[in-house]
Amino acid sequence: MSSIDLETWSQVPLAPPDSIFKLTAAYKADSYPQKVNLGVGAYRDDDNKPWVLPVVKKATEILLGDPTLDHEYLPITGLPEYTSAAAKLILGADSPAISEGRAVSVQTISGTGANHLGALFLSRFYTFNGAKQIFLSDPTWANHHAIFKNVSIEPLLYPYYDPRTIGLDFTGFISALQSAPTHSVFLLHACAHNPTGVDPTPEQWDNIAAVMIERSHYAFFDCAYQGFASGDLDNDARAVRSFIAKGVPLLICQSFAKNAGLYGERVGALHVVASTKDAADRVKSQLSVLQRSEISNPPSYGARVVSLILNNPELFEEWKRDIKTMAHRIIDMRQKLFDILTNELHTPGNWDHILNQIGMFSFTGINPEQSRALVEKGHIYLTTNGRISMAGLNSHNLRYFAESLDKVVRGLL
Amino acid sequence: MIPAVRPILRYSTRSLSTWSHVPAGPPDPILGVTEAFKADTSPKKINLGVGAYRDENGKPYVLPSVKKAEAILTASNADKEYLPITGSGDFTKNAAKLAYGEESIPLAENRIAITQSISGTGALRVGGAFIARHYPHENRKIIYLPKPSWGNHTPIFRDSGLEVRGYRYFDKATVGLDFAGLKEDLKAAPEKSIVLLHACAHNPTGVDPTPEQWKEISDIVQEKGLFPFFDMAYQGFASGSTSRDAFAVRHFVAQGHQIALAQSFAKNMGLYGERVGAFSLVTSDAAERAKVDSQVKIVVRPMYSNPPIHGARIAATILSTPDLYREWEQEVKGMANRIISMREHLYNALTNDLGTPGEWGHIKSQIGMFSFTGLTPEQTKALAEKAHVYMTADGRISMAGLNGNNIQYFAESVHKAVKGEL
Repeated sequence: MSSIDLETWSQVPLAPPDSIFKLTAAYKADSYPQKVNLGVGAYRDDDNKPWVLPVVKKATEILLGDPTLDHEYLPITGLPEYTSAAAKLILGADSPAISEGRAVSVQTISGTGANHLGALFLSRFYTFNGAKQIFLSDPTWANHHAIFKNVSIEPLLYPYYDPRTIGLDFTGFISALQSAPTHSVFLLHACAHNPTGVDPTPEQWDNIAAVMIERSHYAFFDCAYQGFASGDLDNDARAVRSFIAKGVPLLICQSFAKNAGLYGERVGALHVVASTKDAADRVKSQLSVLQRSEISNPPSYGARVVSLILNNPELFEEWKRDIKTMAHRIIDMRQKLFDILTNELHTPGNWDHILNQIGMFSFTGINPEQSRALVEKGHIYLTTNGRISMAGLNSHNLRYFAESLDKVVRGLL
Repeated sequence: MIPAVRPILRYSTRSLSTWSHVPAGPPDPILGVTEAFKADTSPKKINLGVGAYRDENGKPYVLPSVKKAEAILTASNADKEYLPITGSGDFTKNAAKLAYGEESIPLAENRIAITQSISGTGALRVGGAFIARHYPHENRKIIYLPKPSWGNHTPIFRDSGLEVRGYRYFDKATVGLDFAGLKEDLKAAPEKSIVLLHACAHNPTGVDPTPEQWKEISDIVQEKGLFPFFDMAYQGFASGSTSRDAFAVRHFVAQGHQIALAQSFAKNMGLYGERVGAFSLVTSDAAERAKVDSQVKIVVRPMYSNPPIHGARIAATILSTPDLYREWEQEVKGMANRIISMREHLYNALTNDLGTPGEWGHIKSQIGMFSFTGLTPEQTKALAEKAHVYMTADGRISMAGLNGNNIQYFAESVHKAVKGEL
């Protein structure tokens, strides 16, 4: 009788830790009293604490007090009251996609789950023009690369961020759209681009849509910050809705992690807009098959919280106020940071981008060396690409950060 | 001269082509039963399809220990921050203890790599993907499933990238275990293949190996160098005892097997829709555990980043609070006992009251939520269409769907179906 094989996993190599995780771990281990964490992509209040939205607390109480609530399985595609309300939120309640039954909505494990399911669906059913590829912005959320590679879609890059202007490389972007083979798939950030904070203007979005239609491209929208970007839900959905109105074939990945502060509850949705109801029904049936062999059905709790908020007019209004609280605190930090750098410290360089960029993140424009100096000398934790999470700034640490940034730009740190 | 029609039509025509070739997918054979049941308006309808526990009144049962845990959690004002990729440490630590046992040596030696998962399905899927990627025996990425097995096993493992084959399990003639066939097939499997084992309360048959048979299976697995992957979705639910139901898992581990294990808390904690589960691997030392753990994270991150907090916190609270733990054990026993009593009732109704043709002992000897009635697909179809009694086409019934109010009607319907009188 052969002995039991104890070598089964002996060749498994150690994988490098997630870079953000490393950063957070280093921050936690740092004992410097003035340390600042600008790595995390989660909202913090002015005291640097996680913030459970007051409306979420209310919804939680309601759920706890509901005697009819159980923990039964949701349908494969999720809680219907949740998915229909989530669709209305991003597509617009009066969207022809909804009234014509052309929108398919599936509840997913937050934004990552939506991206994964959307990518998986494309890899199985999209008629790629040649190899299975997708164009991602340069740069984009790091996990986008892993998500597409994981389903055998090769990520390519389209120009996006221009380090010279610390803004959008619009010419490069349009060029890429024009030169890509027809029927290519482009991943677009609906608002509050991660990691740069640089968004196209409405006019630029119109241009992008026009070229996409001309080239028969497919738009893979990732919308993780609706409401959080400008403070207004409809405003932040503008690009998505205009693309639908113009008939660009598309899908949308939606997350309630940030705008409802529900991060760990994993609340998201994938919306595929088809051109006919018949196509939508068939797409839905195939999405169900894919979902069933991975998770069977999505988690109930978070969806119930969001469903309550979206479907109850009072709670919905309160949610909008809570979103504005978050968005405005961030906009306020941007304004104050800009003021200190420009008017008080007269830090070399133009800092307009701090005001122009939008959402949780800001690409400061500093180089990797300067970023590392901020971490090592200033105990200010940010990623090497110079990205800061505005949510990590508050009235207590803003001045320290501004002064440290000023020093590092002057080479004095 | 009428100007040419403007581009609007051209755009629609283009986008019409995107999904026009996508075929309609089939309805899920198990979850589709519930949908059909919901659409039925008959007051007599009975749903014996999906494996979700129902109380004596046919209602979903929220465990009192779960309610208590939820109240504790709400009062604690916990935040909603992201969990680590492999989930809540409190949860996984306690889940491992529950499955492997407090005295487990690999546990004490920090050799168990464990991740929180999206219930049992997610555990199987992460496990399948991990194995497809890292199993060192390149031409042995083959998983043997018992015949029959839970319907979803096949697509889960196939989509993970494994080849799916079967080993004999259910004996139609005896309505029991085809142990000789099982042994033959495992011995004939290529060395180093992977074998999926239902830890307890086999789904869909309810037929489990005896402890002695498990020991023999362990020996064969060792002899053939097979890799054992346990699916444990009913710990506590089968016999009423969590330790008894973990016998096979713990025996294999004690024998030195490096197992893979998928755990679900859907049934034993009634947490179904909260998606609470765990996937674990027994590794050879703590350093290897760390490497395996790092690679499991690479599997999880591009699929869903990190798992949901709510259900895991409930489970962790129960498992780590002695009073709640004891309460929970009693509640699980209660569910298991109600099911055992329904088995008794049904057997008596068919055998003694109605004299239904056939031998119905298997209803009593089978274990867990499900029973393989032996009904044919034609009979199950007739039961749905004529009697408004819903079960999966393979004749599997969820015993949990039976209660004092409907069991007589059910027995009579089965009687008619068997006699062809529906």
